[in-house]
Amino acid sequence: MTSRSQPAPAVGGWRRPAARGVTLVAVACSWLIAYQLNRPWWDLVVYEWIGLNAGSRLGSGVHFFLYDSVKILLLLTGIIFMITIARSYLSLERTRALLGGRREGVANLAAAGLGVATPFCSCSAVPAFIGFVAAGVPLGVTLSFLIASPLINEVAVVLLYGMFGARIAALYVISGLLIATIAGYVLGRISPARWVEDFVYHTTLRGTPVVPGQQLTWPDRIAMGREEVATILRKVWPYLLAGIGLGAVIHGWAPADLFTRVAGPDNPFGPLVAVAIGVPLYSNAAGILPLVEVLYAKGMAIGTVLAFMMSVVALSLPELILLRRVLKPPLLAAFVGVVATAIVATGYLFNAIL
Amino acid sequence: MIIKILGPGCTNCHTLERLTRDALAELNLTAEVTSVTDYPTIVGYGVMSTPALVVNDHVVLAGHIPTAAQLRDLLTNATV
Repeated sequence: MTSRSQPAPAVGGWRRPAARGVTLVAVACSWLIAYQLNRPWWDLVVYEWIGLNAGSRLGSGVHFFLYDSVKILLLLTGIIFMITIARSYLSLERTRALLGGRREGVANLAAAGLGVATPFCSCSAVPAFIGFVAAGVPLGVTLSFLIASPLINEVAVVLLYGMFGARIAALYVISGLLIATIAGYVLGRISPARWVEDFVYHTTLRGTPVVPGQQLTWPDRIAMGREEVATILRKVWPYLLAGIGLGAVIHGWAPADLFTRVAGPDNPFGPLVAVAIGVPLYSNAAGILPLVEVLYAKGMAIGTVLAFMMSVVALSLPELILLRRVLKPPLLAAFVGVVATAIVATGYLFNAIL
Repeated sequence: MIIKILGPGCTNCHTLERLTRDALAELNLTAEVTSVTDYPTIVGYGVMSTPALVVNDHVVLAGHIPTAAQLRDLLTNATV
């Protein structure tokens, strides 16, 4: 965050650790109170003050929109802040050092886990790929890392937890880790080196790598957390409101049996159809989730819902265009094929066991 | 002073370049600012997370967009 030679300039009251601690605790308490009061507050406003009927479509739709918007904003703010601070301790450079020289197998699982935790923007996918390969990380392990990172989106985990509860959030994380681990392992078995662009192997690492995160102070990390919250909220709020709005409409008006018929537990092609629709769609996980919540509430099977969401966030055209710079078409096609197959399989598995 | 912005050309890299030019103007510094988009050169600096800022061939920042104040510090330090 700052130069390595100079400590970060402290800002105002943040200079004193005690004041900082008190402020953080106060903010955390207000967050908890706001989260607890969200539902009773909107019950009061929508049903008592405005006087809408809780049983009516309009009443429940308006209530859903207001309650859900506030809930999701609170969840996003609180958890992104904490995740960013936790993540500031990890970097691509550190991840590479952890994975370098490991054999395939367990390393695929480790890579998938680190892929979730390590922060990097999708533009860094290619430098990371080259850096990993140059450091002796096996291709399959590198691919596990690159698959897990977009597949298991931390914002999506948080929202899933808030909307569906811990069990479904855990299912999403576990199946994502399994997909990344297995897909990387399978791709590693087909001797993928011949399908990697030559320049990757001819690039040598020179210079002194910067280790971002090494010299960060607490005020730095808190500032990073605040900035990340602002950046993500600025990016996703229109999608969120549109999604929640659409959700509110479907919530109040759409016929429930339409969704159960098209993608309910009884439709054997549900997950297949969901992935076929999801892959060309590109959205932020946070943007698609409010819609997913309503589809599920209206009777879409949970495996189908998860498969749809994963395919939307994991296989995106921009990411594939970036990866094309380092992967030749056959490996890129295998990459898409293996990941899509694994997502469809997850959909069927969850539909079968739940 | 020679400044290079490393990154394939995504929003983050453009933001860093804009912030850098702003900071230079504010500090009344003249520098040659170029962006480096080809991957072998980027990785050649030991950088894996973009955007990154290189001042006089030293990597001073990688992996995130700094605040205006931090950027001013980095550039001031690089000149002395």
